[in-house]
Amino acid sequence: MHELPVTESILSIALKHAQAAGAQRVTDIHIVLGKFSSIVDDSVQFYWDLISAGTICEGARLHFQRLTPRMQCQDCHHEFEVNDILHPCPHCNSFNLTLLSGDEFYLESIEIER
Amino acid sequence: MGNSIKVPVVEKLLDANDQVAELNRRLLDEAGVLAINVMASPGAGKTSLILQTLRALSTEFRIAVIEGDTAPVTIDADKVSALGIPAVQINTGGDCHLDAVMLRAGLAQLTLTDLDLIIVENVGNLICPAAFKLGTHRNILVASIPEGDDKPYKYPNMYRGVDVLIINKIDLLPYIEFNMDFFRRGVELLNPGLLTFPLSCKSGEGLQPWFDWLRTEISMRRK
Repeated sequence: MHELPVTESILSIALKHAQAAGAQRVTDIHIVLGKFSSIVDDSVQFYWDLISAGTICEGARLHFQRLTPRMQCQDCHHEFEVNDILHPCPHCNSFNLTLLSGDEFYLESIEIER
Repeated sequence: MGNSIKVPVVEKLLDANDQVAELNRRLLDEAGVLAINVMASPGAGKTSLILQTLRALSTEFRIAVIEGDTAPVTIDADKVSALGIPAVQINTGGDCHLDAVMLRAGLAQLTLTDLDLIIVENVGNLICPAAFKLGTHRNILVASIPEGDDKPYKYPNMYRGVDVLIINKIDLLPYIEFNMDFFRRGVELLNPGLLTFPLSCKSGEGLQPWFDWLRTEISMRRK
């Protein structure tokens, strides 16, 4: 899997913003993930512990907020959540659907101590 | 101490990769060369499709191939070289996908202005390559009949992010349980109106429309 480059990306973004804010230490990191972004939390945590060692991010807790994908029916405009299996519109049974969200993948915020 | 402050960030992860991808795109556009990113699971027929494409189009166009492999084996690159086509091998060092930085290194080994088409063969994998933009113009997914008809449902990210779908090995349809309607319904859910070419690299059936599409795409970008 590609969790290592992802984790490196988390570290470099967190360090950049922590230094700009004059942080002594980063305590928490909040990451937002759509369920359609294929990232394994445990694997990111594993790499995180290795690569954050010796930086001001060492020991910071990673928090993952997982967003459930939402779709909209293009025929009746009904909006609904998709959990595991793709299915037609629960309102009118149409397959004419558009994905509104679910592949988000960004660093939302960090918590620091100065 | 104990003075915890929340700092808003809202920065996309993998943004660094996306920026290099944009650079790659600019290099390609300036040279007027079309680049396609061919993705698939291992064994779907990426290399077969590329070889058939080279045989059909290499007299009309100047083509190069960039091969991504996880291990330093040059099996695919050797097959391309045997046809007299320049092949660049990128060894990902065990990584499961090509990324924009690797492609940049590959592009640096080619004289872009001497080319009309660059075919990038990504690492065989239906998950990771979808997350890493390369800067190529078109993403091509090669599906194949023996993989089964449930793949769009299992790998939604890959099917969502592509511009063209090739359904390879249609000559095997009489021998394998594959519900084409179910497969296509999944594709339609994820990527409505996706351009699709059912074909067989072995029998040659259905290859012509794919070649014609490529011809049009190349001439659109040519300078």
